[in-house]
Amino acid sequence: MSFFLVAVIKALVLIALLLLTLVYIQWVERKVVAHIQGRWGPFRVGPHGLLQPFADAIKLLTKEDLIPPQAHRFLFLLAPFLAVSLALVSIAVIPFGGEINVFGVRTNLQLTDLNIGVLFIFAVTALGVYGIALAGWASNSKYPLLGALRSSAQLISYELSLSLGVLGALLLSGSLSLREIVDAQAGFAWGFLPRWNVFQGPFPQVIGFLVYLTAAFAETNRVPFDLPEAETELVAGFHAEYSSMKFAMFFMAEYANMITVACLATVLFLGGWRPPLPESWGIQFAPVAVFGFVAAVLFVHSQSAFSGKQQNSLRIFGVLAVLAGAAFVLPGVRLVFSPLFWFAAKSGFFLFLYIWVRGTLPRFRYDQLMSFGWKFLFPLGLLNVLATALAIALSS
Amino acid sequence: MDIFLFLTFALIAVGCAVNLLLQRHPISSALSLIGVMGSLAVLYLLLGAEFIAAIQVIIYAGAIMVVFLFVIMLLNAGVEERTRRSKMSSIFGLPLLAVLFSQIAVIVYRVFDHRTTVQFGGFVGTTQDLGRSLFHDYVLPFEVTSVLILVAIIGAVYLGKKEI
Repeated sequence: MSFFLVAVIKALVLIALLLLTLVYIQWVERKVVAHIQGRWGPFRVGPHGLLQPFADAIKLLTKEDLIPPQAHRFLFLLAPFLAVSLALVSIAVIPFGGEINVFGVRTNLQLTDLNIGVLFIFAVTALGVYGIALAGWASNSKYPLLGALRSSAQLISYELSLSLGVLGALLLSGSLSLREIVDAQAGFAWGFLPRWNVFQGPFPQVIGFLVYLTAAFAETNRVPFDLPEAETELVAGFHAEYSSMKFAMFFMAEYANMITVACLATVLFLGGWRPPLPESWGIQFAPVAVFGFVAAVLFVHSQSAFSGKQQNSLRIFGVLAVLAGAAFVLPGVRLVFSPLFWFAAKSGFFLFLYIWVRGTLPRFRYDQLMSFGWKFLFPLGLLNVLATALAIALSS
Repeated sequence: MDIFLFLTFALIAVGCAVNLLLQRHPISSALSLIGVMGSLAVLYLLLGAEFIAAIQVIIYAGAIMVVFLFVIMLLNAGVEERTRRSKMSSIFGLPLLAVLFSQIAVIVYRVFDHRTTVQFGGFVGTTQDLGRSLFHDYVLPFEVTSVLILVAIIGAVYLGKKEI
């Protein structure tokens, strides 16, 4: 009974956090892209546009829900549901931290630890293609169909490179369970270099990591590989005929996939929730320093704010950052939240990278995308697997 | 619980397989086939072979069926026209089907030991064991199979290419 209760509570907390991240990653993306382009981004709804995602949600919910008359009704309705549910499911096997003890109940900061966790994520993402392919086909319209065809071809091609990139890290860790993979990356070489798979011998997975990262951009349909929804040529690609909440579901699916891929990169290559330096170097106070720095930046900025309202909001956020930093001084809080902090920092870095690339790089042409995937990324991934396997075989 | 899940997914698998034959649109048939693959994966999972279940989903449902769907969408295959059945099939079809099923039943009964029944979760084989038997004990058949597949790929490229 207690097991059931704990599982339900963990699932609820996880879903709430995931949806909150989903909502706010869009706000962060709009803000970051706006600042890259020298704009303000959302600013009207709430302080610094912080309530903008909710305004968007209300707008999308109240829009008219259209189904094209020539569409295949059942598949047209099924496709967005399939896309979003499969995208949300894969978060269940990601480990966010070690074992914690809350009110006498010992539990892992992970919904469930499958011993085929990596394969589970690949199975779920492999099925995610159907959401896009069926959406394009069921719309019975030329642009969505073209988008769906491109998307299926792209996902099949890049899934190979993605798996090959991961394979090297799996060889090093010797397990398919994500928790065991993180545990295998514990500790430090020479007292300071973390044994993460990107650094760990006998063959550091730098190439595998880059292959994974590049393929992940294609796998989540993001710039510079967002051919399935290239708006300049295909209107909106596979979801051109969708409106209202069904459109929002595709949107959510895309961001959920981004989060999954970022979390998986953290777990497989960057040691999951492990800190980057040993405790003897005082790394346990890094969260305090980070929050303190954020607070300082906010306070300095509030001096040059152009209105009293903005000044107040910046100060309030500064005080919140100070409080968060102060909480990390307490040993009990630190024990529970420190892993979460490092996990969030690492996967947050990947999410920022996505946005950064979107604000910087132009889109590939379709033939470039295909030849890059098959003629460069795929052989590179194969070579990396070969070299890793050879190094492990020779060193053991 | 296990029995309940087994019966549910076995029924779904059979239902999807029948639906695959009855549907007249290729997309609906392909989707039914995905349903069959998915429920087979659940049956593997019930037996305790989680690696095979995941591979079943990744390879069959996630890769092969996507290519099927891709080709159907690319060729824009329409609803197939129903032809009138041939007399031979309506006369001999059902009896021959019955013969086939009884043959399979007899062979299964003879070959497999029927004192022990299948246990749910009874398959004890970790991913390591599977890898060891594939790449160590049965490495020659495994490699020969991969050469066979390579031959098929080369053949497909040769046939598909207009000029070489």
